[in-house]
Amino acid sequence: MKRFAAYEWIRTAVTIAIALALGYLVLVFTVDDPNEAFKWFLWGPISRVRRMVELINYTVPLIFTGLAVSVVFQAEIFNIGAEGQLFMGAVGATFAALYFPQIPVLHVVLVAAFAMLIGGAWAGIPAYMKAKWNASELVSSLMMNYVAFFLGLYFVNYHMRDLKAGYLVSYKFPETAWLPRLLRRYNLHAGILIAVAFVFVVWFFLYRTRYGYEIRMMGFNKNFARFSGIKVRNVVLYAQIVSGMVAGLAGAVELMGLYKRFVWQVSPGYGFDGIIVSLLARNNPLLVLPAAFLVGYLRTGAYVMSRMTGIAPEIVTTLQAVIILLITAEAFLEFLKRRKIIKEAMKTEGGENP
Amino acid sequence: MALAVEMQNIVKVYPNGVVANKGVDFRVEGGEIHALVGENGAGKTTLMKILFGMEQPTAGRIRIFEKDVRIHSPHDAIALGIGMVHQHFMLVPSLTVAENVILGIEPRRGLGIDREAAVKMVEETSKKFGLPVPANEKVMDLPVGIKQRVEIIKALIRGAKILILDEPTAVLTPQETEELFEALKNLTKKGVTIIFISHKLKEVKAISQRLTILRDGKSMGTFVTDEISEEEISKRMVGREVELVIERSQAKPGKVVLQVENLGYVRDDGVRVLNDVSFSLRNGEILGVAGVEGNGQRELVEILTGLRDGATGSVKLNGEEILGLDAYGIRRRSVSHIPEDRVEFGVALKASIWENLVSDRYWRQPFGNAVRIFPKTMRNFTKRAIEEFGIKADGPDTPVMMLSGGNMQKVVVAREFSSQAKLLIADQPTRGIDVGSTEFVRKKLIEARDEGLAILLVSADLQEILQLSDRIVVMYKGEIVGYFPQNVGLTEEELGYYMLGVKRHEPSRLKESMLS
Repeated sequence: MKRFAAYEWIRTAVTIAIALALGYLVLVFTVDDPNEAFKWFLWGPISRVRRMVELINYTVPLIFTGLAVSVVFQAEIFNIGAEGQLFMGAVGATFAALYFPQIPVLHVVLVAAFAMLIGGAWAGIPAYMKAKWNASELVSSLMMNYVAFFLGLYFVNYHMRDLKAGYLVSYKFPETAWLPRLLRRYNLHAGILIAVAFVFVVWFFLYRTRYGYEIRMMGFNKNFARFSGIKVRNVVLYAQIVSGMVAGLAGAVELMGLYKRFVWQVSPGYGFDGIIVSLLARNNPLLVLPAAFLVGYLRTGAYVMSRMTGIAPEIVTTLQAVIILLITAEAFLEFLKRRKIIKEAMKTEGGENP
Repeated sequence: MALAVEMQNIVKVYPNGVVANKGVDFRVEGGEIHALVGENGAGKTTLMKILFGMEQPTAGRIRIFEKDVRIHSPHDAIALGIGMVHQHFMLVPSLTVAENVILGIEPRRGLGIDREAAVKMVEETSKKFGLPVPANEKVMDLPVGIKQRVEIIKALIRGAKILILDEPTAVLTPQETEELFEALKNLTKKGVTIIFISHKLKEVKAISQRLTILRDGKSMGTFVTDEISEEEISKRMVGREVELVIERSQAKPGKVVLQVENLGYVRDDGVRVLNDVSFSLRNGEILGVAGVEGNGQRELVEILTGLRDGATGSVKLNGEEILGLDAYGIRRRSVSHIPEDRVEFGVALKASIWENLVSDRYWRQPFGNAVRIFPKTMRNFTKRAIEEFGIKADGPDTPVMMLSGGNMQKVVVAREFSSQAKLLIADQPTRGIDVGSTEFVRKKLIEARDEGLAILLVSADLQEILQLSDRIVVMYKGEIVGYFPQNVGLTEEELGYYMLGVKRHEPSRLKESMLS
């Protein structure tokens, strides 16, 4: 088994290498100076402290959404509503930040808790429809993303909009609802600490609590779970609600740490990237951390490249898409694995004498 | 006659790393009945799936009628004159026999199907090979033996000269088996070559001219059937001599644990699959439920274990009504269950052995509490279980997927026997596992009985029923048609009559299966 674990790593590394090579090819055909552009893409995120901070801040929401998705994916529930849950969580956070009592420390906790509540409730809607009427959570959770987006914008634009700001944003949060900064010169906020802590929280939840055990067993084999006396219907519900809570928290942390107000007029896309992160991490919370970092790095690198060379944003998006598509293609290089398995199996057979 | 089939050095490695065939040589002469014997998991079915084009060999050469061939699909196989009758029939129940047989090779009339020609085709083939079937009846109304005949005709009408039968007798009563054998002998007279997969030695002796033994993916040689004894075959099959005689002392039954009364169940499609089923079960005894598969046993087990709802009547566990509870409720009342299909229900393949062993007790001390689980305790418990139940595995963390069928079943058995249950429902507890594991499981069942457990044993294997049961009920078409208060002097043939619905006990005698 250990040999195959090592093999999985090699497989991922090879895929990333091929993806980068293809990305380079895209640049060769579209840009005057592909080497310069590719250099920015590869080293941009770590070329300045400011950019490293940008990278870390970009990684934070991806960690949360990656964790959120890994919880439902481990249960083999394809709730892809993290985007909407994050968005609603952010709207809830805005409400809590603006209207809850401004007590230091407690205010931050309340904002986070309220965002989790809203995110969990939002995820609970497709979950309930699944448990009650067996409605496909894949479809309903995807649809809920659009509902979340427009409903959220309505609340912000009509009830919490800062008319003096000159563009579509909410009122600025009071300082009691700001996350502390970790560096004086750069806007590195405490979100990364919360995110890393949550990696362990979610790991503990999945691998050390009975709820996590129920989620995983149901994911492995639903019939087995039911046969063993696990209340499958309940698991379907709370797996999605817990996932929604984590996604909701992502929205709160993002606003309290980075923007200090609600700023989104387009959906930020972290929820969908969370699916990529979770797939890369094989739905393992501990691997979500490096996976989120990798996806964050690719995104940040592309932005840096775009800023430094003036490459059309469409090309940047294409490049990102090509790379991410390749990395997430689970079946990719599968044939190599199969050959390896056959070789291994034959070897052990050869050594064994009847 | 020349060689019909020649398979040389066949190797098959499945994508999950299981090596099913390790260089098998297999030769069948034209016109013979050739038995392919071996325990479950020895690679018989894989070898035949390769011959029929359902699996591709990793290495090896195949010759059919002395010509090198590559068989990429069943389509290729059929074109080469190979037909296969699977363990599970591939028929459309709502179509007639004729419609099933001609599916895909329909005689046309204009745009439609020429039904008369179809019926005629079927009747001609049926007559030619001596396999009578009712061409115009719907398949779902036919008994299993006739369905099987339809499958054989389906293969023959497509020009099969080599016929593979995968454990054809598994679903038949002794009487139906005899009829099948007659038909097969007739077929060889018409020049059909038959490959007969089985692990029942008596049948192999009765029907085949030659046989090939497989063990652990390798061939243990080909023999003329008359020149090899049953003992010799079984020795080569399992690699050691096994006594399948299970010591069983007189049961000492205690008070009634399970009381089933007037249980009825109508399936979604309107078919009544259980009708007025009543029996009771006491501590320290094994009640055997015999019957040909598909006569309501599965539904009965699923209802008793809370996996299926919508039944009428009454089921009392120690006096408490449990009909209508779900699996959660029934498990919490100390009922354990060895399921018929271990891969579908009994285990989570990708999970580790320890995760599989605690699935019914992770919530209680010492394995867990209201919030946490304790993997360390679980692993230690698993280590002991691996030892006690002789599960062949590297350790508690080995995924169940890596285990053989017999060891997987031992994982299920280890869990269900260690749960301190009041009632055990064992549904086909030794299906598809090797002789060694079978013996182990059967002995465990007797042991548990002697310790006072109440055991409901549902099995289509008559040998198993006769070996283990203290009392026996026979199910036929959803009803109990036979009741034997003592398992003395009973034969498989006698039970067979009840399983077929030929004989039936008086209602007054059947009522005796209810004890108070």
